[in-house]
Amino acid sequence: MSEETTVLAEEKDQSAEPQKWQPSILAILCNWCSYAGADLAGSARMQYPETVRIVRVPCSGRTDPMFVLKGFQRGFDGVMVLGCHPGDCHYAKGNYYARRRIALTQDLLKSLGIAPERFHFEWVSASEGNRFAALINEFTHKLEELGPFDGVA
Amino acid sequence: MRIGVFVCWCGSNIAKTVDVEAVAEAARSFPGVVYATDYKYMCSEPGQNMVAEAIKEHNLDRVVIASCSPRLHEPTFQRCIGAAGLNPYMVEMANIREQCAWVHERTPETTEKAIELTRMAVAKVAKNVPLFQNDIGITKRALVIGGGVAGIQAALDIADAGHPVVLVERTPSIGGRMAQYDKTFPTLDCAACILTPKMVDCASHPLIDIWAYSEVEEVNGFVGNFDVKIRKKATCVDPKLCTGCGLCLEKCIVKNVPSEFDEGMGLRRAIYRPFPQAVPNKPVIDREHCRIFNGGKCGVCQKVCPTGAINYETVDEVVEEKFGAIVVATGFELWDHSAMGNYGYGKYPDVISAIQFERIMNASGPTDGHITRPSDGKVPKSIAFISCVGSRDEEHGHAYCSKVCCMYNAKQALLVKDKLHDVETHVFYMDIRANGKGYEEFVKRTIEEYGANYIRGRVSKIYPDGDQLVVKGADTLLGRQVEVRVDLVVLATAMQPQRDAKDLARKLGISTDEYNWFSEAHPKLKPVEVLTDGVYLAGACQYPKDIPDTVAQASGAASKAIGLFSKDHIKSEPMIASIYEDTCIGCGLCVDVCPFTAIELVEVVDKERSTRDNQVMKTVARVNEGICKGCGTCSAACRSLSARLRGFEGSGILAQIDALADMVKAKK
Repeated sequence: MSEETTVLAEEKDQSAEPQKWQPSILAILCNWCSYAGADLAGSARMQYPETVRIVRVPCSGRTDPMFVLKGFQRGFDGVMVLGCHPGDCHYAKGNYYARRRIALTQDLLKSLGIAPERFHFEWVSASEGNRFAALINEFTHKLEELGPFDGVA
Repeated sequence: MRIGVFVCWCGSNIAKTVDVEAVAEAARSFPGVVYATDYKYMCSEPGQNMVAEAIKEHNLDRVVIASCSPRLHEPTFQRCIGAAGLNPYMVEMANIREQCAWVHERTPETTEKAIELTRMAVAKVAKNVPLFQNDIGITKRALVIGGGVAGIQAALDIADAGHPVVLVERTPSIGGRMAQYDKTFPTLDCAACILTPKMVDCASHPLIDIWAYSEVEEVNGFVGNFDVKIRKKATCVDPKLCTGCGLCLEKCIVKNVPSEFDEGMGLRRAIYRPFPQAVPNKPVIDREHCRIFNGGKCGVCQKVCPTGAINYETVDEVVEEKFGAIVVATGFELWDHSAMGNYGYGKYPDVISAIQFERIMNASGPTDGHITRPSDGKVPKSIAFISCVGSRDEEHGHAYCSKVCCMYNAKQALLVKDKLHDVETHVFYMDIRANGKGYEEFVKRTIEEYGANYIRGRVSKIYPDGDQLVVKGADTLLGRQVEVRVDLVVLATAMQPQRDAKDLARKLGISTDEYNWFSEAHPKLKPVEVLTDGVYLAGACQYPKDIPDTVAQASGAASKAIGLFSKDHIKSEPMIASIYEDTCIGCGLCVDVCPFTAIELVEVVDKERSTRDNQVMKTVARVNEGICKGCGTCSAACRSLSARLRGFEGSGILAQIDALADMVKAKK
């Protein structure tokens, strides 16, 4: 083994030593678009960090703001709600109700002193596996910058 | 509570990155879990038997399967535990394949995630209650949208099985793309000779109604019970009176409308039928070009019509019809290559598309099958065929292969040589994709027996020189530039979805891919189904296909509809909303938000405030179970937590979040 590779290997060991803090993400995904998109990311073997845990709901319109608040109350570092693109909702317009409710939820989070960047609402279709993986990457990085969430006991 | 957890290896798919034994071991300590195990293939017969036996042996009342996505195998395991005597809805799946094993490396964190996902499923299943299905009647009548060869085949198959079919086609005749073609590869059957008998069969079938010049406007309802609004466009010709004699076509004074059917290579009148063998063989008036509708004076067709079938006053008619199943066979369109300026399409008349060349070769086409070039009517002595024009070309928005071009290039190069013995043919190709029965042999025949000059490489530029065209490109096999001088250039333009594909997809609840091709429910195992039950795909509306694949899929779609119609009832979806009337305050918020108007307010006896002598009424919301589709928007809106979505109740979802939070906290 050359000197150079030895050094590299050592460096790698050191960086791996103190385990890097990883944010915990709670994601609420609609069954027909976003959950299917997450499945597609899997079928296509797209890699993303092990930070996200997905709760499946039939429609983003099912997302009670309570679920989001519960997520923060229980100490998740970030919460995501993903639904079908406008016009693509399996239930015609459940995602529009979700959008309105989410807007209010965002206001509520602000007044609770929770950084709005910790909450992410987005459209992901069943064919957007790559987009789903990219979103998880981006959101993870954003939360890494924000650091652990300790807003609510 | 006695929960059993079954962790699947999925061969090495899961086991490669997740320590499945550790997941099963961890699951043994979850609250309510009395049994946990792992197995190589949980969905296989021995796997399912293992679940069934464990249910009996350990007296399980709930089951968690940690394996693939519930979108794939939830129904499998619902059936499995149902057969073992449990209510089918007492199973939950932890998605440790698509959303864990396949997206992460083998690290302790990945196994940890799988354990947490399993823990969440255990928390949810603990809150599950038995759900029951109701029987719903079905309308045994099918709607086929699109009258190309796919729609024709599907309509015939369904009707032959004894069910009425309405075949809706937006142009004046069925036949679609195939009717335009000259011969078909690789057998060189004449397209019209094999298609028109089928068109006639459709017209004469007692169970098939052809609604040409009609379009689907709105689709409501659900599998077995679709309500569809269809616009029958005004043709100005009464189909009951018209005999199809064609006198009006001869006398019409507007003679210069480019024919859509001839791809602009020929002309038609303002009253027209697309082609002589049209089905139905009744003309329509094209209001855009008819003088009557453009402030002019005319009325010749009305005067000459021997049966008085022509009426300029007719208006569009929108009808609402009930159907049990819908076959979508709306096909494709061809990319308008004029966007790619360097090939000169639209600029040089002798650069034409392959479909235009089909019309030129066709005996019933604008040149009666004489191969002449558009600019001066001369017989070409040399022709260049260029494949992948817009296909496999991310720059022009089609990264995919259009699949049929290699074969029709070969077909056209062969046929043209058959007609004009001394013609020189050059075929520019990227790769030759000849993957069908007899296809490879066919291409070989074109090259070896018909002397086509195949050149591997992209064409960079086409420009005129004298009365000829110079095709400039690279020969990547010889590694040098080539230039050929030809009299005619034929472009194999990309197939793309219909421009309004997305609109129809929205009406039908079909999801689409990045190009707007319709998405099937599963790329391998459900190639004709879509995510909306009762809607099936046939042909190139899904992805470029050749005729054999299209016809096979159309028969597949038809058999799905026939299968549905073989039952008198279907089972209702039990995962729908219900209102807990004791706590409902009758605010009506759920009524307002329901996307399906499935909820109404009703008066009921207020059990709390009523006494034996004094009955007090109160207003509560009530769900019409036949209409509710289970989106849960009402549940999220309800202020008193009375609107509950069975299968996705708040208690189950919150339990998942709580259980997960406990584990995450323990890690910290």
